[in-house]
Amino acid sequence: MGLATFVGGIHPYEGKELSENQPMEVLMPKGELVFPLSQHIGAPAKALVKKGDQVLAGQKIAEAGGFVSAVVISSVSGTVKGIEKRRMANGGMVDSIIVENDGQYKTAEGIGAERDMDSLSKEEILNIVKEAGIVGLGGAGFPTHVKLAPKNPEKIDYIIINGAECEPYLTSDYRRMIEEPEKVIGGLKAILKLFDGAKGVIGIEDNKPEAIKKMTELVKDEPRIEVCPLKTKYPQGGERTLIYAVTGRKINSSMLPADAGCIVDNVDTAAAIYMAVCRSTPLMTKTVTLTGDAIANTKNYSVLLGTCYQELVDAAGGFKKDPEKIISGGPMMGQALFDLNIPVAKTSSSLTCLSKDDVAAMEPSACIRCGRCVSVCPSRIVPQKMYRAALKHDMDEFVRLNGMECCECGCCSYICPARKPLTQSFKEMRKAVAAARRKG
Amino acid sequence: MNKLLNVSSSPHTRSDVTTRNLMFDVVIAMIPTSLYGIWQFGVSALLILIVTVLSCVLSEYVYEKALHKPITIGDMSAVVTGMILGLNMPPTIPLWIPALGGVFAIIVVKQLYGGLGQNFMNPALAARCFLLISFANKMSSFTLDGVTGATPLALMKSGTVMGPNEISAMFVGRIPGTIGEVSTIALLIGAAYLLYKKVISIRIPGAYIVTFAIFVFIFGGMDLNKVLAHLCGGGLIFGAFFMATDYVTSPITPNGQIVFGVLLGVLTGLFRLFGGSAEGVSYAIIISNLFVPLIERFTLPAAFGKEGKKA
Repeated sequence: MGLATFVGGIHPYEGKELSENQPMEVLMPKGELVFPLSQHIGAPAKALVKKGDQVLAGQKIAEAGGFVSAVVISSVSGTVKGIEKRRMANGGMVDSIIVENDGQYKTAEGIGAERDMDSLSKEEILNIVKEAGIVGLGGAGFPTHVKLAPKNPEKIDYIIINGAECEPYLTSDYRRMIEEPEKVIGGLKAILKLFDGAKGVIGIEDNKPEAIKKMTELVKDEPRIEVCPLKTKYPQGGERTLIYAVTGRKINSSMLPADAGCIVDNVDTAAAIYMAVCRSTPLMTKTVTLTGDAIANTKNYSVLLGTCYQELVDAAGGFKKDPEKIISGGPMMGQALFDLNIPVAKTSSSLTCLSKDDVAAMEPSACIRCGRCVSVCPSRIVPQKMYRAALKHDMDEFVRLNGMECCECGCCSYICPARKPLTQSFKEMRKAVAAARRKG
Repeated sequence: MNKLLNVSSSPHTRSDVTTRNLMFDVVIAMIPTSLYGIWQFGVSALLILIVTVLSCVLSEYVYEKALHKPITIGDMSAVVTGMILGLNMPPTIPLWIPALGGVFAIIVVKQLYGGLGQNFMNPALAARCFLLISFANKMSSFTLDGVTGATPLALMKSGTVMGPNEISAMFVGRIPGTIGEVSTIALLIGAAYLLYKKVISIRIPGAYIVTFAIFVFIFGGMDLNKVLAHLCGGGLIFGAFFMATDYVTSPITPNGQIVFGVLLGVLTGLFRLFGGSAEGVSYAIIISNLFVPLIERFTLPAAFGKEGKKA
């Protein structure tokens, strides 16, 4: 039997060799730190501090603004300079708490205290996760305490830890898995405490043999945990493709993983859960890969949330070539930035600095109906026809063609010999359809 | 760093597959059968290929120039059309006929409908059928080694029974026919290249050939030799791998490609066994081309997880 995987997908240039052997380094920020109130899916958080307040590292500075929302924690000690709109990686301007770092890193009371997860009840664990401000750190940013509290917890039989890291260039999850595997496993154990009938599976692409080896060794005496090697193929780490590869179950866009008895959390999220539950440390840091051919030294930084991207680049020795494109994230799903005055947010994973923009100069040509978009699509839909509907802005036709099942992975655009902006047009259409549905 | 960086929607990388190198692969795949045709039929075959390619490329250039459209001859698609058209010509045809065919293929069948990707019939085949109807005699007069002779299919039509010797001659290509259709082995080498490079999938040619073989076996008197002669003695292999697989005029849905192949197999069998003419591949393909929108409509794939319900 072959490795677990899915139908479709692509094999883009991986670029992982640039940074995979760089151990994680801790980076301490100098200037001000920016904490956007909306760096998760759901309602924006509500600020608890005002200009002039003193804050400590680990202190809650904004509370959840609704059921689906997340708290925000200050990662440094210092003075609140104000609450103002700042630009985030996705291009939007978001209300953010600005904290002037005093360089002391004084922590709030109780931060770092050891705690035995066996002494905690399910409700206590959930509350700890909630108060730690943990969201899906793989990029989605869905509040983790909401994900961990499904309607029918007894129906959950798989807790899947996503260590696929299928996005090209990214190596932050990989470094986490080989340097701090016990934190990842600890986080998984904490989640398993919430779901008595569930089995824990750590899915890792087979281009990371060392991570597979290490994890397998560490879980060999854990009856409820196993490692599932996955075929290296993009988008293996997508939620739907990962669930299918591990369990053979299929979910569509209107279903949650919980509907298929699964809960999927990223490697970094699991580690964050461990830190919150067992070390009383809320979410203050993020592993960020600094990579690409333009950067002088590739790095895997453990960096405080709120640090400016520019500081990461400066700390790594700047650029060796003029960058033409800098992506927050990887080249398949990351967001291109027009400058580096952007804070590291909970969903940041990488800064990919490319000296050449492959895409800008490309001219779309006529579609020859080669069908490559169809064969690579992991959602098994027909991008070629959806694109025609998108050009006419025909929402009914787009929905009829199952356009809402698109996961925006970018495989179709990647493979298209005519260089059509397929994924881009689908993102627009999906937004338009979702907006129309909300109007009712 | 005061200059603004490039921004665009993800993905920020692209594969190295382009229309041009796909077309180039098809050209490479047609080289074995072209070389065999030139070797067997001589310099006249080479001239015909040059004329059809030039005619197609020039037609595209002149049309686009005259209408102030972007010039697209660089995408190589006109070269492919020209080669397919040339390989579908009898080796002794007067050169003005293939030249006319190239103009018809590009201007009437392709450009008038909007150019690359918009035509609903395979341009080379539509042009071939146009020439077959207009110049029936010249288009169906075949010679081998200077002797005019009937093709294996025409002989079978008039009752000749084919044995193993004749079939192996067909497999190698020592038979009269069009320049590119005669050598089954040369065609299969090119087909293997296209499959290996993943330019085409096996779905259309596989469904086509299997359906056709079953059809001939059942309605042709349960004779395996007859099936083999039908597979190797005419334009079937060339049609199945190089013409039925034309992206523009075949279904884009995977299941639709199977349906398309089955339809081709049945139509070709009907035309060859029960029709007036010995050959049937070209007509079967251009008629099936017309069914492509309908086939696609009924073979839209089920989206991933669509059978699941929201809990």
